Amino acid sequence: MLPASLVIAVSFAYLLALFAIAWWADHRAHMGRSVIGNAWVYALSMAVYCSAWTYFGSVGRAAGSGVWFLPIYLGPMLAMILAWVVVRKMIRIARAYRITSIADFIASRYGKSPSLAGLVTLITVVGIVPYMALQLKGIASAYAVMTSPLGAVTAHAGPWWTDSTLYFALALAGFTIVFGARHLDSTERHEGMVAAIAFESLVKLLAFVAVGLFVTYGLFNGLGDLFNRVRDHDGISRLLQFGQGQAFAYSQWAGLTLLAMLSVVFLPRQFQVMVVENVHESHLRRAVWVFPLYLLLINLFVLPIAVGGLLHFGAGGMNPEMFVLSLPLAQGWTMLALAAFVGGLSAATGMVIVEAIAVSTMICNDLVMPLLLRSSRYGARSATDLTGLLLGIRRLAIVGILLLGYLYYHLAGEAYALVSIGLISFAAVAQFAPALLGGMYWKGGTRRGAMAGLLAGFLCWAYTLMLPSLAKSGWLDDGFLRDGVLGVTWLRPEALLGLGALDNLTHSLFWSLLLNIGAYVGVSLWRQPTAAEASQALLFVDVERRTDATQPVFWQGRAQVPALRALAARFLGAERAARLFDAYAREQGRPSAAALVADARLVQFVETQLAGAIGSASARVMVASTVEEEALDLQDVMRILDEASQLRAYSHALEEKSQSLERATAELRQANEQLKSLDRLKDDFMSSVTHELRTPLTSIRAMAELIRDEPDMPAEQRQQFLGIVVGEAERLSRLVNQVLDMAKIEAGHAEWHTTTVDMRALLEQAAGSMAELMRERGIGLTLELPARVTALQADADRITQVVLNLLSNAAKYAPRDHGRVWLSLSERPDGVEVRVRDNGPGIPAEQRERVFEKFRQVSGDDHYRPGGTGLGLPISRQIVERYGGRLWLDPEPGGACFSFFLPFAATEAAETPT
Amino acid sequence: MQDVLVTQRLVALFGAAVALLNFPLLALWDHDAVWLGLPLFPAALFAIWALLIGLLAWVVERSPDPAQGTR
Repeated sequence: MLPASLVIAVSFAYLLALFAIAWWADHRAHMGRSVIGNAWVYALSMAVYCSAWTYFGSVGRAAGSGVWFLPIYLGPMLAMILAWVVVRKMIRIARAYRITSIADFIASRYGKSPSLAGLVTLITVVGIVPYMALQLKGIASAYAVMTSPLGAVTAHAGPWWTDSTLYFALALAGFTIVFGARHLDSTERHEGMVAAIAFESLVKLLAFVAVGLFVTYGLFNGLGDLFNRVRDHDGISRLLQFGQGQAFAYSQWAGLTLLAMLSVVFLPRQFQVMVVENVHESHLRRAVWVFPLYLLLINLFVLPIAVGGLLHFGAGGMNPEMFVLSLPLAQGWTMLALAAFVGGLSAATGMVIVEAIAVSTMICNDLVMPLLLRSSRYGARSATDLTGLLLGIRRLAIVGILLLGYLYYHLAGEAYALVSIGLISFAAVAQFAPALLGGMYWKGGTRRGAMAGLLAGFLCWAYTLMLPSLAKSGWLDDGFLRDGVLGVTWLRPEALLGLGALDNLTHSLFWSLLLNIGAYVGVSLWRQPTAAEASQALLFVDVERRTDATQPVFWQGRAQVPALRALAARFLGAERAARLFDAYAREQGRPSAAALVADARLVQFVETQLAGAIGSASARVMVASTVEEEALDLQDVMRILDEASQLRAYSHALEEKSQSLERATAELRQANEQLKSLDRLKDDFMSSVTHELRTPLTSIRAMAELIRDEPDMPAEQRQQFLGIVVGEAERLSRLVNQVLDMAKIEAGHAEWHTTTVDMRALLEQAAGSMAELMRERGIGLTLELPARVTALQADADRITQVVLNLLSNAAKYAPRDHGRVWLSLSERPDGVEVRVRDNGPGIPAEQRERVFEKFRQVSGDDHYRPGGTGLGLPISRQIVERYGGRLWLDPEPGGACFSFFLPFAATEAAETPT
Repeated sequence: MQDVLVTQRLVALFGAAVALLNFPLLALWDHDAVWLGLPLFPAALFAIWALLIGLLAWVVERSPDPAQGTR
């Protein structure tokens, strides 16, 4: 037992610390260094799912029925598997249309209907009250356990104003206001609150795990020892068995899982942290698995604590829901107990704060606001600044919700276990699933359908679950539970139409969801959707397919910029409105807000901004009363949609066209470059040819002039000059022939007579025809030929031309009198290789490739031109390459070594008709 | 394209999870046995749960960065 003053002081100190964290986070956000822009913080803030229910209730549930506390956490596991698909879409929709609550989401989807928003809010408030009561009950019981002698917890007695729970509720309301309703934000995002919630999630996890470790390893010698001892107690060991001595209730198991799966998305606080407070949708990627991991960790020690408590205190000795506190207290570990109490406080306050903020936003925007705006004092024609009023309503709503929770706790809380209270709330919010999920994926859902579905589901829930819970608490005569209303037995709330095979929760869930879905689908299909419904359906279902630029705007009419601006100022404050308009003008490329045109897009912009502050339904009403609208019908919606998609198609086509133009330009540029370089080559070639032709012509002319001018030249000298003239003329004709040959080959006009060629015979023949010349110059020719090689397909004359060219080159460069030339042939797997080597001066490395250029004659000495045209090698290379072969110069020290390779079978590739 | 694949994987994983955690596969653990010193049924539930978290993390963390969906 601890002194009450200490427990209260620690509680307040903890709440103050929370507030400090929130203040710090808000401060950081203002400085542009957000602390919540982080996937881990986002995942931790989702863990607000674990409330006092998890912290205290799960242990109680486990002590009563074993693993049956688990479906409540396996459901979220299932939901999170699909969250990356479903919740991401919700986040995108909420962001695009500034949706700030679940009521707003549903109302906005079905044509921004105020009545639908109001209905969803009502269901939420009624449904969430028991859940609030659960938190208060958890804290109240925990406080009692901490401050009373162990095992002597007595029900509270005394007048209501002495009940500490009431003051606790009021204190929590105060803190919630500080967290969430200090100022107005049109996106309804609360950085400070999220940071505090994430911190609370850490605290409750650590505290619970600490108690778990204490029980497992302090009280017992580990899990093995704990479960070994359990086996001796028949009553406790049965808890750990599959069916616990009965048939396993599969339907209840599946029902609870489904319920939790829906709740983890549709509970107001979950929607708030998951969708509204999401900073960046990529954070969801990590959160979808970190959040289930968190749930697993916090549930790991539930069973050990439960069975440990049962072993320690004996069944019935102590309230199992408070084992987390009573076990450390019983062992005298008061500090641990205090830490555990703070953990429980974390769990409860976190839930209460977020839930109250979310629900107060809904009450303000979707319930009170539409009513206020209808009145003459605050309506469309009035000019009152409403920002102060908005805040006042929210604060009042927060206090109201907590007082309602306290009332329910006071009236019905004592009779029920924590978990059973929570499940009633879960079943209520599950009613949102058909309208919300249907609205996200089915364009056919209408406002009437959603209305009918929600009403049917809610009424069925109230009749089959809420009323019985009140009756069982003794506030109603419970006779109708047994006999049915007015004695009609098939109307019994917990066995409608006599369906008695299900437990009361699964029974209620089954009937309410069945009626809900049936009414939603049935009534939706009854009539065609109106223009407003159809247009919103398109915007919601196809949210992922549109970008801002091609987003259709479903509005037509006339508006004035000053009127719109005044409207925005009324709800957002003059300063904020001015900032928004300026930013919008910049985005539209206008010099200032004064230059804006009041087109449909501006009207939509203002309406979206207002929706963030007062809900989409109220925003619609306000905008409609400020501007002159023309009603849209279904044809208009289709027309606008067509225009938008045409616009999209046009921009798409335009983009494609410009891309293909770019491609064409690039191709043309490339072709042009090629032409230019060919032109340059041609010029080079022409100048080389003229140069080469001029040299022999000049010497012929000089000799001829000498002979003409000196008629009495000695016959001997004349003979010598004439010899030079003949030689130069021969060289000239050879040159002309080769130029023609080259041109023919390059143009593809050469004639090729492909036959079967035996390379060995061909080389022998070529060597024979060169032998005389070589001998004259005193050069030795060595043949290195294999006995036989495979024949190949080629033009024998052309190949001979190549070999002769190489041989004559070798003969030219080999030194006179002691020169040597080697001609060798070898067979490769895919062709033959011919090498011609000499012992001449060789070719410097940097000139190796240049010898294959036209008119290039290489030697160490520039003035030494051993007669030749400079076309032999280029022509030879063309011939060899025509047959798919290669001609190259081997780097060989001492002399030049030319080789060429001819394949057996690659001729077809290059063989073009000539 | 990659996004479509991720969606299909998630739906498949969801189907597997529903099957593993419901009738009749749940009855696989209907034995009064001990696994590593722990009672079989609760231990199996936690093991399945951990397995699902692992698979989910594997699927989503490998998915490509979403298109710029920033505020």
